[in-house]
Amino acid sequence: MHRLYGILLIVMSLGVGVTTASAHPHVWVKAASELIYAPDGTVTGVRHTWTFDDMFSTYALQGIETKTKGVYTREELAPLAQTNVDSLKEFGFFSFAKADGKKQKFNEPTDYYLEYKDAALVLHFVLPFKTPFKSRQMQLEIFDPSYFVDFQLQDKDPIRLVNAPAACTMAIERPSDGAAAAKKLGEDNFLDGSNDNFGAMFANKVTVNCP
Amino acid sequence: MILRSGDTIRRGAVWSILMVAAAMSVDGVLHAALAQNPFGGPRAVPDQQVGGIIGWILAKQSEFYRAMSSTIRAAKNDGSAVWTLLGISFAYGIFHAAGPGHGKAVISSYLVANEETARRGIVLSFASALAQALVAVAIVGIGAWLLNVTAKTMCGAERIIEIASYGLIAAFGARLVWVKGGGFFRALSASRVSGPQLAMAHHDNHHGDGHAHHHADHDNSHGDGHHHHHGHGDHCGHSHGPEPGELAGPGGWKRGLAAIAAVGIRPCSGAILVLVFALAQGLFWAGVAATFVMGVGTAITVAAIATLAVSAKGVARRLAAGRDGGGALVMRGVEFAASGLVLLLGVGLLLGYVSAERVTCF
Repeated sequence: MHRLYGILLIVMSLGVGVTTASAHPHVWVKAASELIYAPDGTVTGVRHTWTFDDMFSTYALQGIETKTKGVYTREELAPLAQTNVDSLKEFGFFSFAKADGKKQKFNEPTDYYLEYKDAALVLHFVLPFKTPFKSRQMQLEIFDPSYFVDFQLQDKDPIRLVNAPAACTMAIERPSDGAAAAKKLGEDNFLDGSNDNFGAMFANKVTVNCP
Repeated sequence: MILRSGDTIRRGAVWSILMVAAAMSVDGVLHAALAQNPFGGPRAVPDQQVGGIIGWILAKQSEFYRAMSSTIRAAKNDGSAVWTLLGISFAYGIFHAAGPGHGKAVISSYLVANEETARRGIVLSFASALAQALVAVAIVGIGAWLLNVTAKTMCGAERIIEIASYGLIAAFGARLVWVKGGGFFRALSASRVSGPQLAMAHHDNHHGDGHAHHHADHDNSHGDGHHHHHGHGDHCGHSHGPEPGELAGPGGWKRGLAAIAAVGIRPCSGAILVLVFALAQGLFWAGVAATFVMGVGTAITVAAIATLAVSAKGVARRLAAGRDGGGALVMRGVEFAASGLVLLLGVGLLLGYVSAERVTCF
């Protein structure tokens, strides 16, 4: 029995190292998003506006040549915007949509550009749905499963429905919302070592019901 | 030093491990209790962030990390803010290593796999943290300051270093598994030989010796297996592992270098960001100072965990020593398992199964 405890102790002490190996954010994004509806009530895509924190903004701007020091035009930032959308593809654009419970895929982003405003980079891009859909309920979640990037919906009007049918209602769950945190904590088992979906706890969720 | 103070330290270590274990279970129970809320409604405290120890560590890290950028900005006009920056960096380092990072897992497993002392564990932790800081300063110093390359280029370099580091950890783990697996299986076959079959036992011993000599130049720790087999033969199943101190002599440090290289060449993404930010504010030196202080903080946490792992192994050895023959087998088994963990971590990190801080280039 005793030797069992000994082994258990070792496994535990090593385990502490592995199970807590979940990243913490290095990038902060204030997100605002628009759900775009076609005249017939189908959802065609999402327009994201993501504002990065000042440390990451400064890092991203490293080495970019400008005509005027400290002023970055949209053209000068175009290569960086291209890099952004190219790399975001690998992470599914941190956007996860469901229509009546069914996962929806996105096409390549369009209308993307960066602007530099108040010492922060702002990335604008549109994510068109692969197949535009009509649904009674749709959900959009914005988060980084590995929690390297911390997404927060901006305080005021973070989500807007553009041209949505009048009967549609919207509910927003933020990660600081106790209900969401408690629910997600139940789904994630910290001790099994799989932190793949760790960031789900920090998800921002929008639910739109169109009866 | 630490080993000489003997039992009290070990007893303390057991208590700390038990406390961590208890804290983790309480943490788990709390989570389970929250999940099983029968009413499915929101919790009483609506503004509660993600709970538990992990949530707290994450929150603290984020807090310190975010405070760094504003402090660096403040330091442009007010030199005394640099002291605040250093304080924050130190705290961040401590919390950072307590949360994410494979470094401490690799170092702890390595220490357990080998006959290493706590003192060496501490030195290894500091050396690898220092190496990490140096690599971060070198990347930003050369990349951003001298060559003024873009973040994308620097990030590409980081990525290559990251892959190299994970590859090294995997290779290092594979070598440990190879060496320790030999020791384990020899102990296993030795333990199957019971008292009356002494001739067989001697036969086994010669096998063991041959192997040990064969590998002696690859890895000193192999002398361990060698030692054990002699013990088995001489005292008929009454074996004691060598004291770790005996094996930490001169030359032993070379082994540790591999661990430092494997863990230490991969810079911390946070340090890179802080350095580039400091450079942009014209305070590169403050960023460099912050990076090294961060490294000291990280090293303290990693050293504490590594000491814990080494002490736990000491306790296990003591408990196992009471058993005839089987004790050595248990210890070889623990070492083999720890080696396997290093290999698994390396492969996992390489293939992206183990979520670590990853280099994100966007």
